[in-house]
Amino acid sequence: MLVNLTALSKKFDTPVGFLKPARSMMAVRGVSLSISKGSFVGVVGESGCGKSTLARLVLRLIEPTSGTVTYDGTDLTALKPGPMRAMRRRMQMVFQDPYSSLDPRYTLADVLTEPYVVQGVKLPAGRVAELLAQVGLSTDTAQSYPHQLSGGQRQRVGIARALALAPEFLVLDEPTASLDVSIQAQIISLLQTLRADLGLTYLFISHDLGLVRYFCDRIVVMYLGSVVEDMPDPQASPRHPYTAGLMASTFAPDPAKRKDIALMSGEIPSPYNLPPGCAFAGRCPRATAQCRAENPTLTTDPKGHAVACFNPI
Amino acid sequence: MLLAVQNLCVSIGSVQPLDQISFGVDKGEILGLVGESGSGKSLTALAITGLLPLIGGRVSAGEILFDGTDLTRLPEAGLRALRGRRIAFITQNPMTALDPVQRIGDQIDIVARLHLGLSKPKARARTIDILTQLRIPEARAICDAYPHQLSGGMKQRIVIAMALAGEPDLIVADEPTTALDVTVQAQIIEILSGLVRERGLALILITHDMGVVAQVCDRVVVLYAGRVAETREVNALFRTPAHPYSRALIDCIPREGMAAGALTGIPGAVPSVATYPSGCRYHPRCANVGAGCRDQAPVLAQGVACFHPLQGA
Repeated sequence: MLVNLTALSKKFDTPVGFLKPARSMMAVRGVSLSISKGSFVGVVGESGCGKSTLARLVLRLIEPTSGTVTYDGTDLTALKPGPMRAMRRRMQMVFQDPYSSLDPRYTLADVLTEPYVVQGVKLPAGRVAELLAQVGLSTDTAQSYPHQLSGGQRQRVGIARALALAPEFLVLDEPTASLDVSIQAQIISLLQTLRADLGLTYLFISHDLGLVRYFCDRIVVMYLGSVVEDMPDPQASPRHPYTAGLMASTFAPDPAKRKDIALMSGEIPSPYNLPPGCAFAGRCPRATAQCRAENPTLTTDPKGHAVACFNPI
Repeated sequence: MLLAVQNLCVSIGSVQPLDQISFGVDKGEILGLVGESGSGKSLTALAITGLLPLIGGRVSAGEILFDGTDLTRLPEAGLRALRGRRIAFITQNPMTALDPVQRIGDQIDIVARLHLGLSKPKARARTIDILTQLRIPEARAICDAYPHQLSGGMKQRIVIAMALAGEPDLIVADEPTTALDVTVQAQIIEILSGLVRERGLALILITHDMGVVAQVCDRVVVLYAGRVAETREVNALFRTPAHPYSRALIDCIPREGMAAGALTGIPGAVPSVATYPSGCRYHPRCANVGAGCRDQAPVLAQGVACFHPLQGA
């Protein structure tokens, strides 16, 4: 296993404010996950489910409240700053918004050179041109600034920057969420090519189950900070009612396959004030008294398909 | 036809981003207006709602016939009487469409008080009625809340309630679900299509997502770089798209059983109005480009503007 997450949790505290008491919320609650080398794992869930927090925890951009992250046998959470920085060459992140994740005063050449400066590694000759070519940008763009590029081109720069130090593991936090569908498909296609050419391992964070099902080899579904389903076969039928609800909310580009939208009633409960029992019980069509009292744990069937539900489908 | 747009041209300063747009929508019908960012979808919406002056634009040619009246010749006072009353506009971002310092109830009441001349208590009773129809729980309590206290999906429902308060005949919805989670998107789409079927409203739904179009629209207008590329009944469009751009847009959404690598997107990007290419504006990105495409603009005939339309797929 390349990456191992064990009972990873993150609590955020909101300090006392003007007329407001201190509050705390668990953004990620006891997530355990193993990612094997070369795999393409998709993490899916709605806003506020903790998927972006998980992405940051995996790369130790933020410190976990409890639990560990091991990368290739090394416990990242115990690493001192020096060795941690060296480790960062092997793992990189692509951010959601290509408009705010690039410095407007840096040319593309500057953006792609900076990782080498930070790591104190000599920039190999021709590396900038090589990276631009790898992500399908013309080498003439090296002296351009981000504002001269379209959204899709900017995200290509974000990917090139992540690839600069030749890492083996990329965490992609909704890299296509702010792009047009036509550009989204371009970026997905580029990621597939890069993975095949460079032997990369991906952790892909997304809110779009329909999209992730198409290209990931495994899908992890999160709801309010916990993993509710882990599907080693992305084409498998979902067993958790929440995953089924997500699936029913994605529309196929075919009017012959119109869906009767079974409205998922209710709203996501506040993470500051979680109800007892299963966090999804309030919106779940299959919920029973047990669901409202006890928290289901993730149980794995012989095929490796895991679901945290008392009444799975 | 409730609304007939005929040869609409829109200019901003010396450029003309919209060129000869024609389409119509009838009561009880959902018309999808699709295309990538920069295709002219939102400009078309602004032209219909008479809001072009807000961005310094104007209708330079053509007509917008609403129930027989040409909106392009109507003075501002006449437009103001229609807008919010018979023609409602739902904007993309519910976060900015609501006044942050006014209570929800007051913001909805004002529409009926202004346009229908209702008294304060009568307007409030109507507001509560509409909120209940939109399946908003505890409508009375919501009326006293401020926008920041509500979730994104709830805010978008409030914006829809404001649109309905004037008892409109036509709703123009500009990407009403783009900022929302998929489960919430499904709810909003369901609510909007329910309104059309039950009340016989006409709805122009602007989106870049062919999945949403396939799910709810009756007819579709595909826009590209300020021109109509294709306009057809929804089943025909998805079964046998004639314009290569329509085909490419449909292929940007992953389908069940789509082969790995089949999702490639559309190469390049939509040109900006200053760099519109000669001839057919799609030709630099088109897989089917051939004789005539570079020199002459194809005219819309039998619902498609293309010299080399695709034959039945």
